Amino acid sequence: MKISVQAEPFDLNAEVSALYQANPKVGAVASFLGLVRDINEGQGVATLSLEHYPGMTEKALAQIVEDARRRWEVLDATLIHRVGTLHPSEPIVLVAVASSHRGDAFAACEFIMDFLKTRAPFWKKEATPEGERWVDARESDERAAARWQV
Amino acid sequence: MKVRLLYFARLREVFATSQETPELPPNIQTVASLLNWLRQRGGVWAEELAAGRAYRVAINQDLATQEAVLHENDEVAVFPLVTGG
Repeated sequence: MKISVQAEPFDLNAEVSALYQANPKVGAVASFLGLVRDINEGQGVATLSLEHYPGMTEKALAQIVEDARRRWEVLDATLIHRVGTLHPSEPIVLVAVASSHRGDAFAACEFIMDFLKTRAPFWKKEATPEGERWVDARESDERAAARWQV
Repeated sequence: MKVRLLYFARLREVFATSQETPELPPNIQTVASLLNWLRQRGGVWAEELAAGRAYRVAINQDLATQEAVLHENDEVAVFPLVTGG
């Protein structure tokens, strides 16, 4: 399992390859890539700054991956979340899950993203032409996490 | 009792501080009483931590409820709802 909170970009292909290359039991890798959008709630976004709570972030992410492992067959997983200042179209987050079959890989990947959105202490601030603003939490993210009935 | 208080994101900006280590009065034993104590500072503290406002509290890097009990040297963080991913 790899969990990383980093300012640096990551190599999607290298990260996904690392999940299956040394393990012939892996039959499926599901991956999710989250990107910076250039528009949010009708306003243009020039840059996005990500703040986090060092220490708690890593702990929360490890717990989410552990919860997924208890629920599905997860042979390996990688979770990378970037912090600092990012521009539109830059990757923010990667979740990749390796399993024997696609069902477990898809479900665990979505579960990890849903809980990352609602439990991991990251905060986004957008720079728009009208100035800076903190992004508000969305009710729909809470509903997405709630449907797993943890 | 001394605790380390941390503030993040919008609350860090509004409170104009990222951390403090106050000596708490003896009657402050839980998260709920700590929040009340902070609200008594008035102004943005009373406004942002008012009942009904959405924020979270963590003790030693685990999310905590209002009833959670504080201990000497705990790290207590107060922050807005998270927006990562």
